[in-house]
Amino acid sequence: MGKSVVFSRLTGVQVISSNYAGTTVEIMRGVLKLGDQEIEVIDLPGTYSLEPASKAEEVVASLLNEPAKEEIAVINIVDSTNLERNLYLTLQLLEAGLPVIVCLNMCDEAKHHGVSIEIDSLEKLLGVAVVPTCAITGSGIKTLVEKIKDIKSKPREKTSHRDRWQAIGSIIEQAQRLTHRHHSLREVLEDASVRPFSGALIAIGVMLVSFEIVRFIGENLISRIADPIFLNFYQPLLIKLSPILGDESFFHHLLIGDLINGKIDFKQSLGLLTTAPYIEFAMVLPYIISFYLVLGLLEDIGILPRLAMLLDNLLHHIGLHGFAIIPVLLGLGCNVPGILATRNLESRRERFIAATLISIGVPCVALQAMIFGLLGKFSGFYVAGVYLALLVIWVVLGVILNHTVKGYSPELLVEIPPYRLPALSTLYKKLSLRIKGFIIEAAPLVLLGVLIINVLLYFKLFDLFTGLFAPVVKGLFGLPKESVVALVMGLFRKDVAVGMLMPLALSIKQLFIAAVLLAVSFPCAATFVVFLKELGLKDLLKAVLIMSIVALVTGTLLNFAIR
Amino acid sequence: MTKLSLNQMKGNQKGIILEISGGPGLQNKFMSMGIYKGREITKISHIGLRGPVAIKVGRSVLVLGHGVANKIVIEIHG
Repeated sequence: MGKSVVFSRLTGVQVISSNYAGTTVEIMRGVLKLGDQEIEVIDLPGTYSLEPASKAEEVVASLLNEPAKEEIAVINIVDSTNLERNLYLTLQLLEAGLPVIVCLNMCDEAKHHGVSIEIDSLEKLLGVAVVPTCAITGSGIKTLVEKIKDIKSKPREKTSHRDRWQAIGSIIEQAQRLTHRHHSLREVLEDASVRPFSGALIAIGVMLVSFEIVRFIGENLISRIADPIFLNFYQPLLIKLSPILGDESFFHHLLIGDLINGKIDFKQSLGLLTTAPYIEFAMVLPYIISFYLVLGLLEDIGILPRLAMLLDNLLHHIGLHGFAIIPVLLGLGCNVPGILATRNLESRRERFIAATLISIGVPCVALQAMIFGLLGKFSGFYVAGVYLALLVIWVVLGVILNHTVKGYSPELLVEIPPYRLPALSTLYKKLSLRIKGFIIEAAPLVLLGVLIINVLLYFKLFDLFTGLFAPVVKGLFGLPKESVVALVMGLFRKDVAVGMLMPLALSIKQLFIAAVLLAVSFPCAATFVVFLKELGLKDLLKAVLIMSIVALVTGTLLNFAIR
Repeated sequence: MTKLSLNQMKGNQKGIILEISGGPGLQNKFMSMGIYKGREITKISHIGLRGPVAIKVGRSVLVLGHGVANKIVIEIHG
């Protein structure tokens, strides 16, 4: 609880995140300067017990067993608001003979909850140093660092589980005082969020509000910042550049693209200096920022486990359990972290179903932003329609997979944390990490995609290609053969693909079908690679087959069902 | 004394854990979460007939899936 904040306060900028010895469990390593000594600090996955119940806990247990006891020490981060639960691990660490210093974190939260802990008593009862901290404000960290020098071990006798809990009970009685507080609004909301009716209301409310906030921030970032920059500052620069390149030259076409009605059109020109950066920074990035801002808030406030509980019932019908909602929510940002998050699901069956559903039915922000850009000017009805269509596909496919894929689906067994006010610094760090990740990963791919299209267009190499697939695309989907290129681009990068639909002058119905097809057809190359890594070739091929069937069926159905 | 599984309990009922079934992995997980014989728990709610169950143990709120909740038998006060 607040472990990462303490970690980042102890270490400097040189933090390396890596996977532990062949597993998918991430650990972070940093360096703490203590006088003239340099100490390596490792942030291990959170655990409540040294008896492992998950891969992450196995890693922690083995990492603590490997090296000689004299060489390592443990900074045991304890949540002050729930001393009882956290002391279980503390006692196990002491029993294992490890040198321990207890960091009583979240001291301000504890005050809010009416919990007061007598440090001296606790130190006497445990036998090791106890340092109260509030990692968010930084108070106590200096003391923690000073006391690290004197870390010692205070071995306890190994006890049975029951005796351990007895010991904890007696420690609590002696060292913790609870003052009765009136039910705060926070507690009322916490309680309401795990009951069926109030919980459902809260969940729906939260999701609707989140969606609105994401849209609002995204749209405003586009209309008030991105568009003005592109139109008022960047475009004039390009107009000056244009004659220098020479109107008909290859480089002019490459960099600036086709002039639409004699002007540079950022959406349609398809040049490396025009469409590529515009899609990246003026259409997609604003939504990346707003999406991850809201997601970070939801994560840190503690709403997600409650959502998992409320959705558990429904998700069982599609072969998943409550916590699978988290990869799906991540997938709404970008399918890559969504599929990576399926690692945390226990059974292989669940991982396959979740990953497949994400690749096929969950549109990433880049795609969603482009759909808004494409259909938004007609009425909100069409955009909603795309989401609805995807939801239906997601559910139907999920039910089918539930009945056909072999294996088991595990059950929920999690703790629901109390509501917490997120720390601005953590939010900011998370957001900037995610934005940086997006720019670094996506930018080269978008450039590459636009480059390929641009070159193919210039040399008029498309006709062969479009001719091949025209019958399917025209006959089944009702789309003109030029859209083949856009659909194929969808296998590479979704936002560029949607961008390619813009110059095609399609009817609303055609735009609708094309948008749904792009969302449903296999995700971009990046997701493809991650799927392969996480689930293996066989499952990937299965998923590709499923996606092809779904795409064909959906496109055809929509074409003949809509008037 | 009334014996009920977690699923059969009503919301807001308190009780003492009487029996816990399940394999060793699950038992371990229970133990580390503070769920063991003799512990007092309060059931908060359940979501629908076959949905997960929310309970309060000490100062923690835990959620258990329906199948898991079936493995815990509680003795109700009164």
